[in-house]
Amino acid sequence: MSGNWLYSEKVKEHFMNPRNVLDDEDKYESDGRGEVGSMACGDQMLVVLKIKDNIVTDCKWKTYGCASAIASTSMMSEMVVGMTLKEAYRIKPDDIVKKLGGLPEHKVHCSVLGDMALRAAIEDYYRRNGLESEIEIIEAKVICSCKNVTDKDIENFVKTGGKGFEELQKKTSLGTGCGKCIKEAKELLHGYEHLYG
Amino acid sequence: MNEKIIYLDYNATTPIHPEVKKTIVENFDIFGNPSSLHTPGRIAMEKINEARASVAKLINADPEEIIFTAGASESNNTVLKYVVCSPQSGCNETCIACAGKDEIITSAIEHPSIISTMDFIKQQGGKPVVLGVKSNGKIDLDVFKKSITHKTALISIMMANNEIGVIENIKKITEIAKKHGVLMHTDAVAAAGRIKIDVKELGVDYLSLSGHKIYAPKGIGILYVKKGSPYCAFIHGGHQEAGRRAGTLNNLGIVAMGKAAELALREMGAESPRLKLLRDKLRDGIVKSIPDVSINGDQEDILPNTLNISFMGAEGETILLYLDMEGIAVSTGSACSSDSLEPSHVLLALGLTPELAHGSIRFSLGRENTESDIDYVLQKLPPIIAKIRKMSTAYNRSKK
Repeated sequence: MSGNWLYSEKVKEHFMNPRNVLDDEDKYESDGRGEVGSMACGDQMLVVLKIKDNIVTDCKWKTYGCASAIASTSMMSEMVVGMTLKEAYRIKPDDIVKKLGGLPEHKVHCSVLGDMALRAAIEDYYRRNGLESEIEIIEAKVICSCKNVTDKDIENFVKTGGKGFEELQKKTSLGTGCGKCIKEAKELLHGYEHLYG
Repeated sequence: MNEKIIYLDYNATTPIHPEVKKTIVENFDIFGNPSSLHTPGRIAMEKINEARASVAKLINADPEEIIFTAGASESNNTVLKYVVCSPQSGCNETCIACAGKDEIITSAIEHPSIISTMDFIKQQGGKPVVLGVKSNGKIDLDVFKKSITHKTALISIMMANNEIGVIENIKKITEIAKKHGVLMHTDAVAAAGRIKIDVKELGVDYLSLSGHKIYAPKGIGILYVKKGSPYCAFIHGGHQEAGRRAGTLNNLGIVAMGKAAELALREMGAESPRLKLLRDKLRDGIVKSIPDVSINGDQEDILPNTLNISFMGAEGETILLYLDMEGIAVSTGSACSSDSLEPSHVLLALGLTPELAHGSIRFSLGRENTESDIDYVLQKLPPIIAKIRKMSTAYNRSKK
């Protein structure tokens, strides 16, 4: 019995045998620690790192999340070891999803948690070591974390002649997940429309 | 992996009963249009009439009170939209809108075919009044009484809830509705074949049933309309079903529904207590072997086959998929199992925290389940929950 899985074989494999799950949180001596997500949305992610000479030497995680979150974070925890902090910081959900052989579209938002927690852990490492200046000036701020839509995306939408929230939503799917970003997105849109309109 | 699938999702849909299947095969060549006067047509109509009588018997209705539809979603839509239909849409003049009533009372735990239809009705100018439920899933009758006004056109409350199995007191609710002269509808989809449904005893004006929840195929349902209760066709066209529902009759679906109704009536007496024993064994076994679980919904007034349970710190879709890998099919109220990203509206209406709603699993039993199935689940489930909790950020953590 394996049937037609909604998920790829690779996702299934990581889901069944998740790599690098954090065993004993209290005993793990992390160099960086990041926790994101909320129980209300049904997902939460913790990533802890060991770092040596600017290189990620170990990555462990825990989650309250669905199969996509488990599989993508498991995959990410393998990918990230050996990377420089800068490389690790730039991992995108897309990179992970590709390595997993794809995710159903409405599940992609679940995979963003892992890399969000990873970035939070790297930032934590920088902060702990007084290296705040190393935290990259993030060019775009994610407004809708379910659909991974940034303020830049909204700005570009307005710049290229887009009008109104409905059209923005149609184009980007912003706010079609948990919907929590809608208020902020509308304010931003209004701002950009004022700026470029 | 297992070859056998232990199917514990009968509230989502049921496989076709072998005897229903046999009936479908036997009637496969009954192709005549039942509306035709010639011999093939009359042969078909005879089969339809037999099926209608059988369905009527299941709910103690008269055959002419049964309208065949494409399913319970259509039945529910037909009743609710009646309230906002207008003379212009081809309604007769007894329609509720003409009488100046525009409020519909329903509950927060109804099926989406009621809830979404209410949203539509609101857009059309109707006024939905949505009743909350108590933490056990039951309607508070005092709150209900107070919600009825002189503008109330219709009340629609489900007989039993598909997610938690809680049975509402439709008889009492209908009594109250009738005191105020208000029309009463109940969605009895989850109740059918599991508990007795007697429309004369309940006193309802309208009742919806679905075929595929009682071992008939998908795409067939019924709407019961009490003799004399106002009615307006939803689908217009031919004069089928005495002008109440247009469209060439679904011969095979209808004979299958007729057989399924006959079987439900015949088998329920033995099957419901059998399922109740299995369900209780499953519930008690889980409570005994897994810590930090909570049972959702009233356990007295509940369908014999349904168990809804939340596992603290374990996400529902993850539980569902690990069980699936062991050949066990269940469903969850977790957002992650749906496109909506919202957890079950039913569990939230009971007052569960989003966490517990996300961590819920529904086991719904049916005719093919045996005691060894339950033993198998009780053997597989505890290590799965332990595995998920071990990697959970929401279980057994020291605060850091």
